[in-house]
Amino acid sequence: MKASILKFVIKRIALGLLTLFIVSLLIFAVTQAFPADPAEAMLGREATPEALAALRADFGLDKPIVVQYTNWLFGILRGDLGTSYATSISVSEYIGPRVSASFFLLLIAAVGSIPLSIVIGANAALRRDRKFDTASSLVSLILAAMPEFVVGTILTIIFSTTIWQLLPAVTYLEVGAPPWSDISGLILPVLTLLIAVTPYVSRVMRAAMIEVLESDYVEMARLKGMDERTVLWRHAMPNAVGPAFQVIALNLAYLAGGVIIVERLFNFPGIGSALADAVRSRDLPVIQFLALIIAGVYVLTNLLADIGTVLVTPRLRTRLK
Amino acid sequence: MSEVKQSADQFVDERPPSLMRQGFKLRRTQIGAVLALLLMSVALVGPFLAPFGSTEYVDLPNTLNVPGTVFGTDYFGQDILSRFLFGGRTILILAFLATSIGITLGTTLGLTAAYLRGRADEVIMRALDVVLSFPQVLLSLLVISMFGPSNVLIIFTVGLSTTPRIARIIRGAAIGVVERDFISAAEALGESRRRVVFAEVLPNVTSSLLVEMNLRLTYSVGLIASLAFLGFTPEPNAANWGLMIQENRVALTEQPWGVILPAVALALMTIGTGLIGDGLSRVSAGIDRGGKGE
Amino acid sequence: MTDCHEFLQALIVEEKVSSGLRIVDLRLNVAATGNDIVDGVNLTIEKGRVLGLVGESGSGKTTVGLAVLSHARRGVEVAHGQIFCGDTEVLGLDAEAKRKIRGGLVSYVPQDPASSLNPALRIGLQLIEVLEAHDFGGSAEARKARIKEMMVEVLLPTDDEYLERYPHQLSGGQQQRVGLAMAFACRPSVLVLDEPTTGLDVSTQEHVLKTIRQLTRDHGVAALYITHDLAVIADLADDVAVMYSGRIVEQGTVAEIFKNPGHPYTRHLVAAAPDIVGKKAIIGLAGRAQSPGKRPVGCAFAPRCELAEDACRVEFPALVSISTRHNVACIKANQTPSRVVASAKSESTQKIGEPVVELVGVSAGYSGNQVVHDVSLTIRKGECLALVGESGSGKTTVSRAIGGLHREWTGSIRLNGHELKTMARQRAIEDRLAIQYVFQNPYGSLNPRRTVGDSIVRPLLISGKSKDTARRSVLEVLDKVSLPSSYANKYPDQLSGGERQRIAIARALVSEPEVLVCDEVTSALDVLVQAAIVDLLGDLRRQLGLAMLFVTHNLPLVRSIADQVAVMCEGRIVEVGPSESVIGNPQQQYTQSLISATPSIERSMR
Repeated sequence: MKASILKFVIKRIALGLLTLFIVSLLIFAVTQAFPADPAEAMLGREATPEALAALRADFGLDKPIVVQYTNWLFGILRGDLGTSYATSISVSEYIGPRVSASFFLLLIAAVGSIPLSIVIGANAALRRDRKFDTASSLVSLILAAMPEFVVGTILTIIFSTTIWQLLPAVTYLEVGAPPWSDISGLILPVLTLLIAVTPYVSRVMRAAMIEVLESDYVEMARLKGMDERTVLWRHAMPNAVGPAFQVIALNLAYLAGGVIIVERLFNFPGIGSALADAVRSRDLPVIQFLALIIAGVYVLTNLLADIGTVLVTPRLRTRLK
Repeated sequence: MSEVKQSADQFVDERPPSLMRQGFKLRRTQIGAVLALLLMSVALVGPFLAPFGSTEYVDLPNTLNVPGTVFGTDYFGQDILSRFLFGGRTILILAFLATSIGITLGTTLGLTAAYLRGRADEVIMRALDVVLSFPQVLLSLLVISMFGPSNVLIIFTVGLSTTPRIARIIRGAAIGVVERDFISAAEALGESRRRVVFAEVLPNVTSSLLVEMNLRLTYSVGLIASLAFLGFTPEPNAANWGLMIQENRVALTEQPWGVILPAVALALMTIGTGLIGDGLSRVSAGIDRGGKGE
Repeated sequence: MTDCHEFLQALIVEEKVSSGLRIVDLRLNVAATGNDIVDGVNLTIEKGRVLGLVGESGSGKTTVGLAVLSHARRGVEVAHGQIFCGDTEVLGLDAEAKRKIRGGLVSYVPQDPASSLNPALRIGLQLIEVLEAHDFGGSAEARKARIKEMMVEVLLPTDDEYLERYPHQLSGGQQQRVGLAMAFACRPSVLVLDEPTTGLDVSTQEHVLKTIRQLTRDHGVAALYITHDLAVIADLADDVAVMYSGRIVEQGTVAEIFKNPGHPYTRHLVAAAPDIVGKKAIIGLAGRAQSPGKRPVGCAFAPRCELAEDACRVEFPALVSISTRHNVACIKANQTPSRVVASAKSESTQKIGEPVVELVGVSAGYSGNQVVHDVSLTIRKGECLALVGESGSGKTTVSRAIGGLHREWTGSIRLNGHELKTMARQRAIEDRLAIQYVFQNPYGSLNPRRTVGDSIVRPLLISGKSKDTARRSVLEVLDKVSLPSSYANKYPDQLSGGERQRIAIARALVSEPEVLVCDEVTSALDVLVQAAIVDLLGDLRRQLGLAMLFVTHNLPLVRSIADQVAVMCEGRIVEVGPSESVIGNPQQQYTQSLISATPSIERSMR
């Protein structure tokens, strides 16, 4: 890999880490704005001052904020994520098994949606204004407009409870059990996530393809006598991928947020539902860590998108100094 | 092909109608408008038409055929139809207010960044990038987890998280405008910066603005309903479409209406606004440009 | 009768064999409405000859060019006609056969090389794929050798490193030569070139034209050269066909057309074309050609023609031969040709006054890179100074600095003796109003969301005039630029390019400036409109005693508008002086090479 490209990648990663650092500060700051006293919240009003003080010492709540923050941050980097207020077990024990479950869900949704949206979008562009295009664009629009919990609910109504009873309405997974042990329970959540993302990406893909197909250089390729296949794959696609990259990443990152709702809807034992629970019970360490992970995924995908776009566009690649 | 020379003498004798007028010629925009208006009316006017109160106990929970009601009772024995009629107002009003905040702030920041370019642009966009690092749901949850779900807070966080997304789009549109000569002409006259941005640049990004406005409204409705679904509403007992879905989910097999009504209402409302936005964007760009714009 | 018929048949057969390109009765329509874009087009080009297809924008010439490759853009359809490339009729072919002839039998060289080369592919690949698609050479080695051959012929480096480059790593001239190499690679019999030198510097243009001339002669190709630039045609072409509003109005050899133009439109074109040698005055023509669907019945040129009579409006005139190989579509073709004369003007001897703008030692740059070095100029009251140079010479930077639009400059710019601040916003209001700027792009210089009147009135409102006085001034100034007062309520997109430039000039005039800076204001306009605008500027300068700075890359135009000329190269002034002496008798080498590289009708006709 050329030195200039390497330098660029490193610079971008550094920028991403900086953003993550600021994000962690923000998360910590927001959660510290908690008006009530966490120790009191955990033990209740009747707790004795000694018990409260002991709890505070245990959780390090009596130290100044900056120290608390650095303890937290370094703790995370070390792998010590703190102890959950609500369940009193370590955050890593509480969250650990759920992380892999959520990532599995996200992975399938991501891996499914990318080729699907590229194919739909490219096809719509090629058959522009004909039946496939108008039909897919209308369907995309309708699916994309609805909030995903509504989509999930409607899917449940159709396939699980009211119209047909083919699939389970909720997953029956235990925390930590391998997600693939309940395939039928996975179908609706994955479908909901796919529907949350694919329509938008396919529309952008379509727009990018149309712009490329109407460009001067594609017309020139045809005027040179290139056959349609070559025009599409050698001339059009490489130019449509660049802009599509950014949007694909954006929407994948969006999944990181969407997972919170979908997991709740289908009782899926992942970090999304854990976060929702933690917010309800004001379980600070869990909230902080999960927020950090989710934001981290977001920053990471954006980073990959930025790097990817530059690598894929020769004009940008050669400008790196 | 796209030489200035070619376009310099393409002339149009009739002034093409404004974006709105053109957009509403499309069938899909019209349908969208009808749907959206219909559902919004239900949401706003519904409370005046409800046969029962929104928290009034009517009969045994989850019963279908209850005399005096159309759809029966919900998980708590309340009339489903009444709760449904009460349930849209909060979502709609909060979404409108939050979107307005986002639009005002986002447009100002986007225009400013595009016009000032250089350092100022970098700083503004980097600051916004930090807010952008959070999925909108996550940001709202974080803030709510600390202060509790009050109306003001919901409006504030949704508006805040909408701002950078709008700012990005407006900035993108404005950058193309800012390079054009009529902006330089205004600067050569010594027009104040504020005047140039708001009187010269802004009118030329209205089509992007209209489309974004619509998109963001659609999304805000969805977000606020989603937050309600997760249980984060100001009043835990008040009727709310998102909350209703969560409350009545368990009894879905016995009493489906408690879920179907609000789900369909939310679906139709968002589809309606979505269709309007799509119609407008088709007309303004000529090409479909999708993108949830997260 | 039969003898005549057989005779004609034999003639056709003979033509068929020796012709490179033959277009027969071609009509192309707007698919949606059936309105004609071009109609009744008949052209013949023999092998090894270049035919220049001349017309302004909207004449349909590009559409004809694409049709030769059996290609039509979205919304265009072939109504009837035939096109023969050699013996092959191309319009009736099926899709696969069409593909085969493109790049093989007939090639296309596009106008904008930057956008016609695929930014994502290396140029080596884009060159070789043409050969592969037409199965040229038979083996990979043979194809590689052919590429090297082509690169030599177009004077580009042949090493592998060069072929690995991406298009954006080449200059405009190099990109165009790659385009030429691609076009000639498979040894086509017919070549269509669509304004291939527009946007190139004059020196690059000279090389490219030379290459085209050589390749067409050497390979015996029939070339259709589409352009609006008459000087290039005079230099390069053997035959000419003039198009107006989708019809051919005149055809003939180059010598005939330029020495003896038969159609009124052609005469106006020739009268409006600036020349670096010979005549100085250029004469414009009001009005504009109509778009498809709006064309008048009969001769499309009648509305603008001074010779028009009722018979012209009945039907489109047939081509009449006025000399060997010279046909004109005009019912007055055989009458004594009249030269186009300018309306009598009181040529008051121009009083050149004191210096109004003085530049001393001005240097300027962009983000630290210096592009203008130590420039000193003087512009006097009532005088027009032309600032000439190729792209990158720094002329626009200098003019923007004068207008207060450029941030990074040092040195001294004085207006009537007192120093001007760097940016317009920092300058006093009187200074801002005294120097007015007119931009190149008629599309971009007016706010599309404002009416014309609103755009013009701004400077007056800023200087504190009342609304009524301002409104009156707007109407006065519209009159000065010969536009009706009703235009004040129109929006820019309702107007043509020429009209928009008039509005831009009106806006500049409304604050009664002393200095007018014109930055390539006619570069985006057709030749007839350009002449009219130049005429207008000249009149205004004389009437109002303006000091004018006219920035342009078009050297011939300088003779028609400017008293003084300053030639810039790479940020420095190379030569300054009265335009006639600098251009007629250049002292510096750069100026000399610039002038000799510029094509000229007069020079070609000698």
